[in-house]
Amino acid sequence: MSDGWDSAPSDRVTVPLLDRRLLLVTGKGGTGKTSVTAALALLAAQHGTKVLACEVDAKGNLADFYETSRLDFKPREVQRKLFAMSMSTEESLQEYLRLQLHLPAIARIGPLARAFDFVATAAPGVREILTVGKLAYEARERHYGLVVADASASGHVIGQLVAPRAIDELVRVGPIHDQTGWMLDVLGDPVVTGLVIVTTPEEMPVNETIELVQRVRAETDVDLAAIVVNRVLPELFSRVDEEVFERLREPAMASAVARVSGGDDAATAAVFEAARLAVTLRRTRAGHLDRLREAVPSEVPMLFVPYLFTRGHGLRTTAQTAEALSAELGY
Amino acid sequence: MTPPGRPRPRVGSFEQLLAAKEIVICCGAGGVGKTTVAAAAATMATLSLGGSVLVLTIDPARRLADALGLEALGNAETRVPTEVLERAGIENPRGQLWAAMLDTKQSWDDLVRSHAPNPHTAQRILENPLYQNVSGRFVQSHEYIAMERLYEIHRSGRYDLIVVDTPPTRNAIDFLAAPDRMADFFSSRLLRWITGPGRSRVVNLATRPFYQVADRLLGSQFLEDIAEFFLLFQTMYPGFVERATAVKRLLHDRRTTFVVVTTLEAAPVREAEFFLSALADQKFHTGALVLNKVLPAYLIDPQAARVSERLAVAAPEAVATAGLADAGPPETVARVLREVGESFANFEVVAKREAELRAELAQAAEVVVSVPSFETDIFDVAGLLRLGKAIWES
Repeated sequence: MSDGWDSAPSDRVTVPLLDRRLLLVTGKGGTGKTSVTAALALLAAQHGTKVLACEVDAKGNLADFYETSRLDFKPREVQRKLFAMSMSTEESLQEYLRLQLHLPAIARIGPLARAFDFVATAAPGVREILTVGKLAYEARERHYGLVVADASASGHVIGQLVAPRAIDELVRVGPIHDQTGWMLDVLGDPVVTGLVIVTTPEEMPVNETIELVQRVRAETDVDLAAIVVNRVLPELFSRVDEEVFERLREPAMASAVARVSGGDDAATAAVFEAARLAVTLRRTRAGHLDRLREAVPSEVPMLFVPYLFTRGHGLRTTAQTAEALSAELGY
Repeated sequence: MTPPGRPRPRVGSFEQLLAAKEIVICCGAGGVGKTTVAAAAATMATLSLGGSVLVLTIDPARRLADALGLEALGNAETRVPTEVLERAGIENPRGQLWAAMLDTKQSWDDLVRSHAPNPHTAQRILENPLYQNVSGRFVQSHEYIAMERLYEIHRSGRYDLIVVDTPPTRNAIDFLAAPDRMADFFSSRLLRWITGPGRSRVVNLATRPFYQVADRLLGSQFLEDIAEFFLLFQTMYPGFVERATAVKRLLHDRRTTFVVVTTLEAAPVREAEFFLSALADQKFHTGALVLNKVLPAYLIDPQAARVSERLAVAAPEAVATAGLADAGPPETVARVLREVGESFANFEVVAKREAELRAELAQAAEVVVSVPSFETDIFDVAGLLRLGKAIWES
């Protein structure tokens, strides 16, 4: 959205978002993190980049946003140049053992998986590093021009981002220790990796975003690439128009409006009430956005995706979101 | 505000549900307003049902926590001062409103202290670096600890009604399974095997294939750290399993009911449906379904829709002749009317989608409550009261 939000310039992108090779998308649950992941990947693919979209939570619904069947660990082309996969720490461990340690594929993964589950329960970062490691590996190997991950929600993403460092400190020797170095390099390089936080202009999502921005800066080396503000309501009126709107709502005028509209007073009042609701909702949210803009470093771009007044969700919505992001990114 | 001898709660109402229960657990997807619904229900119960009512909340918005007088940290239960209620227009509440926040770390530490065989072991567990991770990020640790704390508070007998807000989980059903998972964890063969008898257990382990793979991956020092941690942790096994069983029994008790909260958006509804069927499968009592932040009904009024269509094409000539000249120049008036009409049509699309989902969900619970979308955030007791009244009167 290019209208409104004068206090929120979105033209200070340092490393262009889609020129990076790994984008980790996070945000509070319910803000549309998966939708933005799907849209960013689609947008890059539409511009000719070979893209891998990965959902980190196996219970996620990334597949719905491309209207395709359930995703697996093995990537599948779901749109032209766009591949999608679902993370599995177990299969990631298998792949790791095979590729990095040259261990033969283990026929019966069951016992190993249970043992692994058990260790991973207590040991910080073991589960996380298999997720982050796989993503960093794909970015390093350049099998894809861009990897976009629907990462964990804001409450857990820090744990994922710091996993290589945590492992580095806990495990002093051995092949795993040797692996963490390059992962830290990949994650810490702003040319390669960027974190995208998705929020909506509401109180709790904005609070959580502000807190996350501070934690990302304090606890990780990962570059904050952008904040996507999702479901932004349109600005109905300019200031002049709003004065006219207020006059039209006065009882004397309302009847005249009812004559123009051919409806009765009650129906006309309802239509006006709906507009007033839209104005109030937007105004409440604008306050939260101002707070967000103040708390976020000015070099971090904020991208606005309008509220989509659509019937459903699915590929159509993903395409519309991609279009909105495209306009924001100047593509 | 509430005269004595008031009428009995309506049959099949949310109020009646609360009057008959001791524990109400609010659950649902993240961002649907569980916390405010829980706090609003507790406020209304204080007002009209009486007794001591506690709202146990997990992660309230700062302003709401402040409004309820909650400290940033710690597990203390705090009584919401009468002045705060009075400021919100509640003059003579029949009961007392209490609030508490869940401090996960603090609760874990308390649990370790009470279940460890002696203070020395407790201290060693608390100081173990791996414990920090377990208490902070243990699989389902928040879920488990929330239920554990609920059990503890209920057992104290201090409250007539406890309304609980559940932690945002990846999957709302997780916390139901948490007591079982905790018991499983402690009784797992693997744990006993790692921590088995014999002082040279790690050396013994070294002959096992699992250990050999793990050693190559992680190094033996790390494995020894893990083994020691589990060994210490296992001393708490009997206490934990017993407690997990008791917590589970409480959740199934007829005095406990679940309230599923959702907004009428696709993803939260999917989660709510899943949750409702899981509650039914596991024979938990589903008391009510709260549909939160629902758009107003006038948005699906066909007459209003016709008006909005006309306004969307309002021409300046028509406006000039209709006695609207006082409102402003015809072009501006026409533009504003067009904007009003189009905005209605936009919201109508969403409201219709919501109505469809509401119809699908209507059969899911005995009590289905629709709460309007309030235009401003709820951050004080007055706001809770507004929301609570909407729940009561729905």
